[in-house]
Amino acid sequence: MTRPTPETIAHRIHATPATVAAQAAHGNHAERQQPTERHQAERPVPAAPPAPAKITGAQSLVKSLESLGVEVAFGIPGGAILPLYDPIYDSSVRHILVRHEQGAGHAATGYAQATGKVGVCIATSGPGATNLVTPIADAYMDSVPIVAITGQVPRPSIGTDAFQEADIQGITLPITKHNFLVQNAEEIPQILAEAFHLASTGRPGPVLVDVPKDVLTAQTTFSWPPTLDLPGYRPTLHPHGKQIREAARLMSSAKRPVLYVGGGVLKAGATEGLRKLAELTGIPVVTTLMARGAFPDSHQQHLGMPGMHGTVAAVYALQKSDVLVCLGARFDDRVTGKLDSFAPDAAIVHADIDPAEIGKNRAADVPIVGDARFVIDELIGAITAEQAAGRTGDRTAWWGQLDDLRQRYPLGYDEPSDGTLAPQYVIERIGKIAGPDAIYCAGVGQHQMWASQFISYEKPHSWLNSGGAGTMGYAVPAAMGAKVGMPGTTVWAIDGDGCFQMTNQELATCALEGIPIKVAVINNGNLGMVRQWQTLFYGERYSNTDLGTHKHRIPDFVKLAEALGCIGLRCETKEDVDKTIEAAMAINDAPVVIDFVVGKDAMVWPMVAAGTSNDEIMFARGVRPAFDEDEL
Amino acid sequence: MTKHTLSVLVENKPGVLARVSGLFSRRSFNIDSLAVGETEHAEISRITIVVNADESPLEQVTKQLNKLVNVLKIVELDPVQSVQRELVLVKVRADRAIRSQVLETVDLFRARVIDVAADTLTIEATGTSDKLDALLRDLEPYGIKEMVQSGMVAIGRGSRSITTGPALRAA
Repeated sequence: MTRPTPETIAHRIHATPATVAAQAAHGNHAERQQPTERHQAERPVPAAPPAPAKITGAQSLVKSLESLGVEVAFGIPGGAILPLYDPIYDSSVRHILVRHEQGAGHAATGYAQATGKVGVCIATSGPGATNLVTPIADAYMDSVPIVAITGQVPRPSIGTDAFQEADIQGITLPITKHNFLVQNAEEIPQILAEAFHLASTGRPGPVLVDVPKDVLTAQTTFSWPPTLDLPGYRPTLHPHGKQIREAARLMSSAKRPVLYVGGGVLKAGATEGLRKLAELTGIPVVTTLMARGAFPDSHQQHLGMPGMHGTVAAVYALQKSDVLVCLGARFDDRVTGKLDSFAPDAAIVHADIDPAEIGKNRAADVPIVGDARFVIDELIGAITAEQAAGRTGDRTAWWGQLDDLRQRYPLGYDEPSDGTLAPQYVIERIGKIAGPDAIYCAGVGQHQMWASQFISYEKPHSWLNSGGAGTMGYAVPAAMGAKVGMPGTTVWAIDGDGCFQMTNQELATCALEGIPIKVAVINNGNLGMVRQWQTLFYGERYSNTDLGTHKHRIPDFVKLAEALGCIGLRCETKEDVDKTIEAAMAINDAPVVIDFVVGKDAMVWPMVAAGTSNDEIMFARGVRPAFDEDEL
Repeated sequence: MTKHTLSVLVENKPGVLARVSGLFSRRSFNIDSLAVGETEHAEISRITIVVNADESPLEQVTKQLNKLVNVLKIVELDPVQSVQRELVLVKVRADRAIRSQVLETVDLFRARVIDVAADTLTIEATGTSDKLDALLRDLEPYGIKEMVQSGMVAIGRGSRSITTGPALRAA
């Protein structure tokens, strides 16, 4: 199998009609039609190309971004990056001036997750760059393709503790897929092309390009396309045929198989294939937090999300499976619970584009390295062959158990007895009213889990969240980025009152730049998830979790929204929920914030307590599901 | 746990060593010894790392190393099918009374004296860890004043070379 090298991919990307036409104009076309030596000798000698005009490093960088097809960049200027902002002023790249670099980073991530393209963020040296650390770490954990461009102090000042100097290359070493410190202006086009290639291919991830100020002001020339030089980077895209056949054999003979689907399936654009594979085999599907939307929630074979707050049926299916087929997921501790008691009887088929994920947490019986799209396509072929040979597993008993669990332990919640508004109801209604065509972004905590549980995701890239890093403050800037990338789509940020207070300054950006997102603040007055753990594990001692957003209404989210140029709405009763959501849906020319004042005692269920076995899943407080062990 | 010797071929670029060593500490793998230097290709450096690890963590560290963009190739060198050497420089007390005994030890280990002072000798020795440990044990009673030791370098036996192959077309 021929694997594309960086060079061939670069060639493919850059063989645009324009370059082909240019080659033809230089006589290559005539040469091809008359391939004799005589004709070649007579071929007119192409005129020497004019000497490239001198431009600055900053101009070269902007031309590189334009040549790479970048439509938008999120950033804030500052001293060291200032030379770049001069050519940006005239560029076709839309620059969105954010209010905090963290907002720029998460916006790039939201843009990338919603569109599948590379997100770009820009910051200056020192604190500008370090403010990008959180979103870069976040993108690294969730394998999101972003390129961060940072200014650096001039080369002679590096290492002298100069004003606004920070070793951002060193700082981001462990949280980037790769990073660069540009040493001279001639390297700029090549490094930018390499950064975008690295970010978007293989297992995607963040790449940082640090550019000293004097490199930006230096005179250089620009030529495109550059040649990529990444001899140590060769992602394996096509799986090994023998492994695929072995996986197909296991899947076909399994009695209790499960497809454990992760974010890699979304990133590979393999959701259509996944559906075919699931329907071909009749195997139940679970989608992780990063893969919500990869398989329609309404599909009969979908058991929901596994893990700490997964459905009883999904958790049980993994635990009791005999063949676990993991596609683009990584056996995260939030999915496995206590690792040594996870899926004890399962043979593991683990497919991932990153070989280091395979066997990292759980040993794989059938390791498959490859892009999920090719893995799934080839599995479909191999399983079709198994079925043609008459080998199909009988899953009637398995589905009987799973259907029984689904029916007995559906996702649900109790109406609060104190008459307060149920946060789950609010989120459920947003999902129903905005529908499956909208994009939903969440922060981290209870509201995130409820948004993953009570909204029905039918389409890929309709659910964006901070999965691996668990970054509070992700939702508003990520929603902003998603809306910029998908202007025709309704984008809801479902945020907590804690998360919202971390990054809501980007609403000013949204208001000024015409990015009409909708924000539902699920305001329970507390750091809700932390409070839930205090309720369950710390004897209801609520140390430092009351934010005062209920007690003192500080801040007043409606006034805050208005101060930031948005429309602020408030909803405190169940009766008002639908009409408030509908009012927000009707506003398309400004960002809207709804302060949903909800009860503080609602908890996220089901729950597998951290560090315990998935077998210990609690359906609700004090309620353990009854598994009929005799059936197995 | 057993000792493993990894030969890691990397692009000779600034910061590559930091990427490699940082990865070890980040993923909580312990390095016993690390040596780095250029190869016959100026654009390729070779890092020899000795790690004490079980088979499964070793596989994980190898995979993580392979993910580094500047890493070109990783080969685990079999202790029998390769030659391993370390270098030690040791300053040992050796006044006139005991100098001849010290020199005898130097000869026994095929080491060399590289500097002489009135009351000390500085000795250079190369060999495997075991040999150098034995030399140091024998010199100990005379009084070691200062010592410096290199990381281990290793190369496979036979005519095959690990610095050729498709991964290294950059060379």
